Amino acid sequence: MIESESGTGTAPTAGRRAPVLEMRGITKRYPGVLANDGIDLDVRAGEIHALLGENGAGKSTLMNILYGLAVPDSGEILLDGKPVEISGPHEAISRGISMVHQHFMLVPVLSIAENILLGEEPMANPILMDRAASHRRIRELGERFGWEVDPEQRVGSLSVGWQQRVEILKALYRNARVLVLDEPTAVLTPQETKEIFDVLRALRAEGYAVIFISHKLYEVLEVADRITVIRRGKVVGSRIPAETDEEDLAELMVGREVQLTVDRGESHPGEPMLVVETLRVRDDRGHEAVHDVGFEVRAGEVFGIAGVAGNGQGELVEALVGLRSVAGGTVRLGERNVTGHSPRDLHRAGVGFVPGDRQRFGLVLAFPITDNLVLNDYYLPPYATGLRRNEEAILAYAEQAIAEYDIRTPSATIPAANLSGGNQQKCIVAREFEGDLKLLVLDQPTRGLDVGSIEFIHRQAVARRDTGVAILLVSAELDEVLELSDRIGVMYRGRLVAVLDGRSADREEVGLLMATGGRGGGVQPQTMADDA
Amino acid sequence: MTGPAAPAAPAEGAPRRRSLVERVRAVALLPAIAIGLALVIGGIVIILSSPLIRGFDLALPLVAYRALAEGAFGSVNAVVNTLVNATPLVLAGLAVGIGFKAGLFNIGAQGQFLLGALSATVAAIALNDASPWVAIPLSLLAGMAGGLAWGFIPGFLKAFTGAHEVVTTIMLNFVAIHLVAGVISGPLRGAEVTFARTDDFAAAGLPLLIGRNGHLGLLFALVAVPLAWWIIYRSTVGFEIRTVGANPDAARYAGMHPRWITILTMSACGLLAGLAGAGEILGEVGYMPASYGTTVGFDAIAVALLGRAHPIGILFAGLLFGAMQAGAGLMQVQAGVPAQMVGLLQAIILFFLAAELIVRQVLRVRTGDGELVPELQTVSQSYGDQASR
Amino acid sequence: MDAIYGIPILGLVIQFVVYLVEAFPVLAPTIVAAATPIALGALCGFMNERSGVVNIGIEGMMLTAAFVAWWTASVAAQLVPDLRLAVFGITLPLLIGLTAAIVAAMLVSAVHAWLSISVRADQIISGTIINIFAVAITGYLNLLISQQSPPSAGSFQALRLPSAIEDIPVVGWLVDAFITVGPIGLSMLISVIVLQVLLFRSRWGLRTRAVGEHPKAAETVGIDVIRLRYRNVILGGAFAGLAGAYLTIEFGSAFQGEMTAGRGFIALAALIFGRWTPIGALGAALLFTTSIGLERSIRFAPPEGQLGELLTAVPLQFYSALPYLITIIVLAGVVGRSLAPAAVGKPYERESKAA
Repeated sequence: MIESESGTGTAPTAGRRAPVLEMRGITKRYPGVLANDGIDLDVRAGEIHALLGENGAGKSTLMNILYGLAVPDSGEILLDGKPVEISGPHEAISRGISMVHQHFMLVPVLSIAENILLGEEPMANPILMDRAASHRRIRELGERFGWEVDPEQRVGSLSVGWQQRVEILKALYRNARVLVLDEPTAVLTPQETKEIFDVLRALRAEGYAVIFISHKLYEVLEVADRITVIRRGKVVGSRIPAETDEEDLAELMVGREVQLTVDRGESHPGEPMLVVETLRVRDDRGHEAVHDVGFEVRAGEVFGIAGVAGNGQGELVEALVGLRSVAGGTVRLGERNVTGHSPRDLHRAGVGFVPGDRQRFGLVLAFPITDNLVLNDYYLPPYATGLRRNEEAILAYAEQAIAEYDIRTPSATIPAANLSGGNQQKCIVAREFEGDLKLLVLDQPTRGLDVGSIEFIHRQAVARRDTGVAILLVSAELDEVLELSDRIGVMYRGRLVAVLDGRSADREEVGLLMATGGRGGGVQPQTMADDA
Repeated sequence: MTGPAAPAAPAEGAPRRRSLVERVRAVALLPAIAIGLALVIGGIVIILSSPLIRGFDLALPLVAYRALAEGAFGSVNAVVNTLVNATPLVLAGLAVGIGFKAGLFNIGAQGQFLLGALSATVAAIALNDASPWVAIPLSLLAGMAGGLAWGFIPGFLKAFTGAHEVVTTIMLNFVAIHLVAGVISGPLRGAEVTFARTDDFAAAGLPLLIGRNGHLGLLFALVAVPLAWWIIYRSTVGFEIRTVGANPDAARYAGMHPRWITILTMSACGLLAGLAGAGEILGEVGYMPASYGTTVGFDAIAVALLGRAHPIGILFAGLLFGAMQAGAGLMQVQAGVPAQMVGLLQAIILFFLAAELIVRQVLRVRTGDGELVPELQTVSQSYGDQASR
Repeated sequence: MDAIYGIPILGLVIQFVVYLVEAFPVLAPTIVAAATPIALGALCGFMNERSGVVNIGIEGMMLTAAFVAWWTASVAAQLVPDLRLAVFGITLPLLIGLTAAIVAAMLVSAVHAWLSISVRADQIISGTIINIFAVAITGYLNLLISQQSPPSAGSFQALRLPSAIEDIPVVGWLVDAFITVGPIGLSMLISVIVLQVLLFRSRWGLRTRAVGEHPKAAETVGIDVIRLRYRNVILGGAFAGLAGAYLTIEFGSAFQGEMTAGRGFIALAALIFGRWTPIGALGAALLFTTSIGLERSIRFAPPEGQLGELLTAVPLQFYSALPYLITIIVLAGVVGRSLAPAAVGKPYERESKAA
């Protein structure tokens, strides 16, 4: 066993080629989905092993299992060849597995030192902590990478890149041997990404075993020693960077099967219905999430926006439906300027919206299906006359909608919470797809749904398109976008980096654009240069 | 906070409403259990305190409860007394319960009650020489307006500054007490009175309808309950209130305005509690002392929780507590058990309602609906959040 | 034209300030005495909210403690030899009463902790129920017991220092206000200082802060969130116990129903105003109770002339209502909830190991 002193961050000595960590035959099933299917993964000391896959491929589940946040249905984990049971994060840490999460486990109001030392605080006496000693150790840790760390600085005021450094220091402080980084560059600028790579290389040189989870192809090629590709819960390939390239990896990642379950037929686009110009939207933290986005969606066509989640699509959609304020630019519905209009105005103007977070924005789970179906129109006749609600009219409409949209429920009056995910979504669809529609905004419309519901909703969308409705589809599911869209836009880091024709768009091409933001292979995609 | 996890797809079949019996059972089972347990524990407390009363007596609870029942229902006067006690509880219970429906915890019913009584008093004294046909309606309106104002303030503060109504309403309760004392001791002090109080109301006193003290105010609760029920469950405004209480985000998306709903709801709550106060002062007391106080505020919380924030439930809960209060006097006389036992019973009922999860597990009962009052999740969550958007 | 109206008003303001400054040393002991239970209540709230638990049941805990202290001391006085210590006027019955009060409040806290942390019931309901319960049971028992007219056990006495110290100019009246107090008052001062230091410099303080802000992050480094919350909430009850006991066995009043009169809620507001730090809470409590001192001062020693007429024309009830009004203004305007410990009010669920 390789020992090292806790708190000094010294690394285990390299030189062994047998794997430090092995995960064998990991299988994990959640209701409705096989998240991990017999996955094998191993990492050696002094190696960077990349785990590559799309959203939902099963990477997070696998790492949750490693970190003790989930229990596998079958399979085992071995450290230095011996099987171990990891019952929780603190045990993972004590065994030398440290994880830098995609969503940082940092306490914003505490200082860097306090965050790093939490749980292993150096004590001056039984009660008070030894500030001087802890600050000294943190500075020393930082110096190993050439970082000038101010231990007193509040983490909340740090940039995202710096927060990640703190997370890494936190992992190192705890005698880690295996370091797992979950999508570390998802939130970094290009310069910060370069620096992280240098850090990873330094860690590798010191003998750490590094697992690097990503969906970004060129990054993985640049820094990894080995690459394992996961798709739909299975390992589909293992490569060494020298023997592969981005096209090969993209092919592995997204697969060759294209499931066109709905033949969407020809579209007959009419006048532009939704015109977006130089739109700018801020996220919850005040940073600009949507930069100068402009596009148009014509009546009778489906415009699909593809992109990895977190590149600004969520904020774009919220701005278009009135749930988020617009920082700049204009939105027009036909001839009308609707920039910044309220959700109710937009509904009245003929905009339907299926929200990505259906339980938060789309439904009131405690209410019966009837009330949910009239959530937009409850105050209008025939559902209400003046103040009085017309229960019979609402019920009649609900029963009709249930039949028409095939919502499986024993009763129209049971709470929406009792429905399955697919049926809940059908309720929302039944509500939003009706009326004098001009534009439909669909945000992740089939996320987490069963195949039957997916097909149903896709058919409904195409049917609306054919009656002249303009449809804006935003989805992290590349298959869905390819299947339904007449034209495809790709969002990357808040910009619309490409607009392609739906018929001729190539799967690998779009996948590449989603992952890199620029056309073709090569190391540095052009869009990274103009990011501030 | 998301709702319960979705179960497997339900079986197919024609849509069917749950029968009335099933629905009543689902809602009323838990409160019924809580009441039963409270009587048992109350009985134990009585036994344990019997040495301090008349000597150890195992049968004392039975004597006490019998007296309680007799004092509440034993004669026409008793029944009237029950109604008189129940009326302010029902009105104030609605004041709290409607708040719950909007995700608000209105602890300020006491202050709103006092402001209602005070405003009614001011109008009554001013109109002391007028005809009752003028004085009574105007005084009642003044009472409602005063209560409304005292509800508007915390509603406005919550909507626009995020100040949580739990603390602001309690503060306003105390301000109300001092306001009453100040106004009555000063400007409104009666002409020839022996202690700090106003003159008697000549014109604005509510007429007696039945029994020894059954005044006009009894009708208020009987009118308010169906009206509140209709507004909450049959009107568009009520739908908005309930939506904001259940899911403010979805409410915003549906085009509602959570801020204004908050203000509207708190004002309506204040109005109801103010009416209760006006009814009491004009119907029961007949003048206003500077030290006028009430426990209605906290009792109303118990009533609202026991009635699970539903007007019909609140009616029954209010009647129950009113009955207990009406019978408490006789219980103290006949059994020697202090009237505060009633308050204790109320508190125990509440405790079991809150610990429903344990009750459900211990007694393995299915109570149908999930939470005690589901909208209350919104109450606690807003405590730490910033001002509602 | 404004200057002409301005000068008399400015004059009044200056007079008022001078009046306050002159009256302050005399008023200070009253202000500190009134602030003590509030500050102690705020410390209870501090232990709760810093760990992420909302506790609006402080009022009920204080009331319970007040009753238990008074009654136990009274019973003990009849049963136990009357040993006396010179300092603080400590007697055995009083000590027993104090201890019982603390234990009682901690028990009530344990119930709140259980409801909030394990049952994960709504924390505001849990606190409200404690308040209602406390009023009911103390009222009930008080009525029963008062019928027997139990004798009072007396109360703690203030510390006596040589008068030479009190003559020192500035320090003198500070000492007079803060140090020549009874044992509970002194424990308040010590607790405030100790907790302030511990919050930012001790391991306990760091872990508590982490749990209150981001319990998940704390859990991932091995901190037992549930245990820490239980411990802090129950310990917080001890402070509520001190606060309640102060009202009956140090301040010296017999128990009366609902005698806490909202102090538990003012304590909560003091905590918020003081930004969830012990020293801030004490400062806020002092600010709130200044109005009580003001009321007393104006009633018994109003200033001369115009200012005096102005101030005495205002009904005294206004000054009584002032602490509550200030609380509302504070909550609405100045501080805002964005500084609350981020995880306050949200029940915490351990990472589930099952699928």
